[in-house]
Amino acid sequence: MIHFVLLISRQGKVRLTKWYSPYSQKERTKVIRELSGVILTRGPKLCNFVEWRGHKVVYKRYASLYFCMCIDQDDNELEILEIIHHFVEILDRYFGSVCELDLIFNFHKAYYILDEILIAGELQESSKKTVARLIAAQDSLVETAKEQASSLSNMIAHATK
Amino acid sequence: MSASSIMESLFQRSLDDLIKGIRLQLIGESKFITKAMEEIRREIKTTDSQTKAVALEKLTYLNSIHGIDMSWAAFHVVEVMSSSRFAHKKIGYLAASQSFNEGTDVILLITNQLRKDLTSTNEFEVGLALECLSVIATTDLARDLTPEIFTLLSSSKTFVRKKAVAVILRIFVKYPDAVKVSFKRLVENLENSDPHVMSAAVGVFCELASKDPDPRLYLPLAPEFYRILVDCKNNWILIKVLKIFAKLLPLEPRLAKRVVDPICEHMRRTGAKSLMFECIRTVVTTLTDYESAVKLAVEKIRELLVDDDPNLKYLGLQALSILGAKHLWPVLENKDVVINSLSDADPNIKLEALHLVMGMVSETNVAEISRVLVNYALKSEPQFCNEILGSILSTCGRNFYEIVVDFDWYVSLLGEMSRNPHCQKGEEIESQFVDIGLRVKDARPELVRVARDLLIDPALLGNPFLHRILAASAWVSGEYVEFSKNPFELMEALLQPRTSLLPPLIRAVYIHSAFKVLVFCLHSYLVQREVIHPSSVDDLATGMPDLGFGIKCVEVSDIAKCQSAADCGHDDEFNPRVSDISVEDSTMETTRDITVHEASSSVSLQKEPFTHESILNLLNLVKMALGPHSGTDEVEVQDRAQNVLGFIKMIEQELHGLLGEEKGNFEIGEHKVPKIIELMYNAFSKELGPVSVSAQERVPIPDGLMLKEDLSDLDNMCADVLKPPSSSFTTGNPQFGEREGDSFFNLHGKEPEPSTESTLLLAQHRKQHGLYYLPSDKNETVSNDYPPANEPPLLSNLVDGTQDLMKLTEQSLASKKKSNHAKPRPVVVKLDEGDELPVSATKLTKESKDDSLSGALRDILLGDKVNPMSSQRQPSDKSSGKREKEALVDSGYASRSKQNLGDAQPSHGSSSSRRSKHRSHGKEKQRSPRRNNEGKEDTQKDKKKGSHHHRRHKTRQRADGPPNVISQTPVIPDFLL
Repeated sequence: MIHFVLLISRQGKVRLTKWYSPYSQKERTKVIRELSGVILTRGPKLCNFVEWRGHKVVYKRYASLYFCMCIDQDDNELEILEIIHHFVEILDRYFGSVCELDLIFNFHKAYYILDEILIAGELQESSKKTVARLIAAQDSLVETAKEQASSLSNMIAHATK
Repeated sequence: MSASSIMESLFQRSLDDLIKGIRLQLIGESKFITKAMEEIRREIKTTDSQTKAVALEKLTYLNSIHGIDMSWAAFHVVEVMSSSRFAHKKIGYLAASQSFNEGTDVILLITNQLRKDLTSTNEFEVGLALECLSVIATTDLARDLTPEIFTLLSSSKTFVRKKAVAVILRIFVKYPDAVKVSFKRLVENLENSDPHVMSAAVGVFCELASKDPDPRLYLPLAPEFYRILVDCKNNWILIKVLKIFAKLLPLEPRLAKRVVDPICEHMRRTGAKSLMFECIRTVVTTLTDYESAVKLAVEKIRELLVDDDPNLKYLGLQALSILGAKHLWPVLENKDVVINSLSDADPNIKLEALHLVMGMVSETNVAEISRVLVNYALKSEPQFCNEILGSILSTCGRNFYEIVVDFDWYVSLLGEMSRNPHCQKGEEIESQFVDIGLRVKDARPELVRVARDLLIDPALLGNPFLHRILAASAWVSGEYVEFSKNPFELMEALLQPRTSLLPPLIRAVYIHSAFKVLVFCLHSYLVQREVIHPSSVDDLATGMPDLGFGIKCVEVSDIAKCQSAADCGHDDEFNPRVSDISVEDSTMETTRDITVHEASSSVSLQKEPFTHESILNLLNLVKMALGPHSGTDEVEVQDRAQNVLGFIKMIEQELHGLLGEEKGNFEIGEHKVPKIIELMYNAFSKELGPVSVSAQERVPIPDGLMLKEDLSDLDNMCADVLKPPSSSFTTGNPQFGEREGDSFFNLHGKEPEPSTESTLLLAQHRKQHGLYYLPSDKNETVSNDYPPANEPPLLSNLVDGTQDLMKLTEQSLASKKKSNHAKPRPVVVKLDEGDELPVSATKLTKESKDDSLSGALRDILLGDKVNPMSSQRQPSDKSSGKREKEALVDSGYASRSKQNLGDAQPSHGSSSSRRSKHRSHGKEKQRSPRRNNEGKEDTQKDKKKGSHHHRRHKTRQRADGPPNVISQTPVIPDFLL
């Protein structure tokens, strides 16, 4: 299974963290620091796998962003590379040629998309189209709620109630 | 209140504002975050749900990106989760799955909320709850929500159902009793026509099988997995199924026969590298007995190896090294790639290649391969260099230097490795140095030579990684000084000024070794002058024919004598003269210094190695070098320096007189000095041997000794310290060896200390251990005609390491059979093999941890043999719960499962006849796989589907009755035969 997903920029800034196995806040910080040290220093033409504390970390760089996933020893590295690519393609479709800034300002959207692709550290949806449909449906649910909430009259009504 | 609430919601910083704000801060980001946190703390307490949700969203952002603690806001998370608005709920659930853990106390409050959302009509709300549950489920949550999840397992909405299947894994882990209820539904999902649901179910089984200590439990499901393997076209699912088979195949050889063909088929056909690699991995790990499959896999591995993609190359090498453990020929076939990979740009690939190369090492080629690798290490970057050195050390040191035949070669290789500028393997080399010294008697002369070369090189002292090696060298050359060609030179090396660069503990080893060398020189001189006649000294039990060594016993009376001598020596005789001597010496020193150096380094010491003058110079050298140490802050150093200086003082005066006289002009009985020297010499020449870890246990406890009472507290305190080192013997450590020597020395030596408790303990320890040092006469039978030390290989004529290695492996493997050793392998001292104590403890704890889950699974999957036979027991079993069940499992499981699989045929017959009486559809189910055997796949599938629907229908009638996977289990034996 996938233990965690990290998105780290080339400068070592964290862009997304998702933990499927229990890690305390302290451990999380340590893991991020350690792994970004290992991964960011690797050259471009090397293989995409790193042995790390009895686990394997599969990473791939897209533009300025490193997508990293930590898996068990006997998991399939190539499969994880495909999952990472799958995730990137869906992000790309959703944001329209995605860039790092999209993920910075829509960090929660990135989470919601990831949550439709992976669950409990396993792939749950291999169809890009389905993910796009599900995300769109949930977005519209959120939007209608937001419209209602943000109208000024509604706010005043709520406050003076 | 209301006014401030409006202001807050109107002017609240949104998430966007926060992110922009942080990005604008070039410096002082943390200050900005602190300020934002203050705002959040205020906003999150508001009654306005919108403001609260935004505040929580910001907090989640800061938590996941900047690692800010948000555990304090757990209650607010619960508030937002239970909002009726989907947008807020979503924020709340995200926050919960990011921040909740086992220790979050408010988790108790969300059970009802989760239940409500799990049963919501909005599938997205159900999805949120399931997603959250898959991360945060605790035992309580899992127990309370099992019914809801159970219902969702057969939801008509794929979106919900696949998530529910994925969540069940976490539920099982946290609450094993859920297995009883929902396992059957999970199995049904394996047969679902929707690939998403099936994929999720396969994923769960893959996790369960790989984490379970006993994957045998999943054998009954093999037919299902086989069907998926053959029919499924989805690569994701196939990979998972292959992983499950990788766990099951070792348990059931008949299964391997069935799946080997479909796996090969996939390997041949698929275009997806991930699936192909998984097939390869399954073959190389579990199907190595099937020649055709292995051949095909090797073919595919070759494809991976020659691919430009470093990922494929790496995985290819990895697969090769897995296979290498069973079959060496594929490794040899791809030798060229492997060896070229040693110089790959990618450290991971290099490392894998190194493992493969070390896998090819054998007794016949170890010397050549190591030589090439050591030279290759010189050219590599530090990290890989140390990987090379480390793997050579561990390969050669494996199982008491099993593959090393020529120890002279190996010892000089160790020396060469130490000189590698990147070498950081000080500790490993150190322990092998000492270990070889202790175990391999015949290697000692060469060991001393190598140690000397290391010691006299002042350049090595500056490298802190080598300090441990130097400590070992010092110890070796002190302990085995009799093999030294030039003890004076050794003494100079041990006392050179640059030793001040060493850490105090190692300096202490140096000084103590210098002491041994000094005593050796004095003794040899006296023997040479015939002041001491080796055979005539009456105190000695055994004579010494030459400068040889052996175990000599020092008798107790001697110690007493010596101590008194030391006492009086210290108190009366020498102290007043200290000042005189030092003044006198300092003048003499300057004039003599030059001659000392010349004498010791240039004059060949073949005939009369020890002259009057050289001994005097030696004493002066020692005094001069150690003088400053006697006042140092470092206790260890000071202690040892004082020992040596005290010894010199004690003998000096008389020695001067003695040296001045002509040979044989005096009577031995009149002088104390020869006796003292004799005594010290004997003390030091007592041989240290390896000690078995369990030696202490074998010492019978004397009567009246209460071990437990006084020392039981000590046990707890020193638990860490006393843990045995990773090697199975304790004297691998020179510090320890040093201690031994020292305690011995203290006891028999000159500086009488107040006999504290610790020295008494040491004495006792020593006495007891004396019994367990190996008797040295055993290994003396080995032939002594040792050829001279190997010439160190010439570095210059090495053109290309890798090419060399290539040829090497070829040659050595061609001539693998014949052994071409000119000389027999020296004896390596091993203690009895019964020492491997530390085993099973860790294994046991691991098993017990998973016990409850696998126990529950056992009940479901393998309970069928018990259930029909003891149908009355079923209800009681269910009600009495876990304890009885576990007991049952523990006692009966092993034999039961064997019976299940081994003699499946008879038991199958009986159970089927019994069942057919009351259940007709069970019988039908049993027959179907027979057809499967005959190869009529499609008809069988239809049949199966039919029976499957039938079965599900039945379960609906009895909501959670006894699990009737039963009807399925007898299938396996048939299938397998």
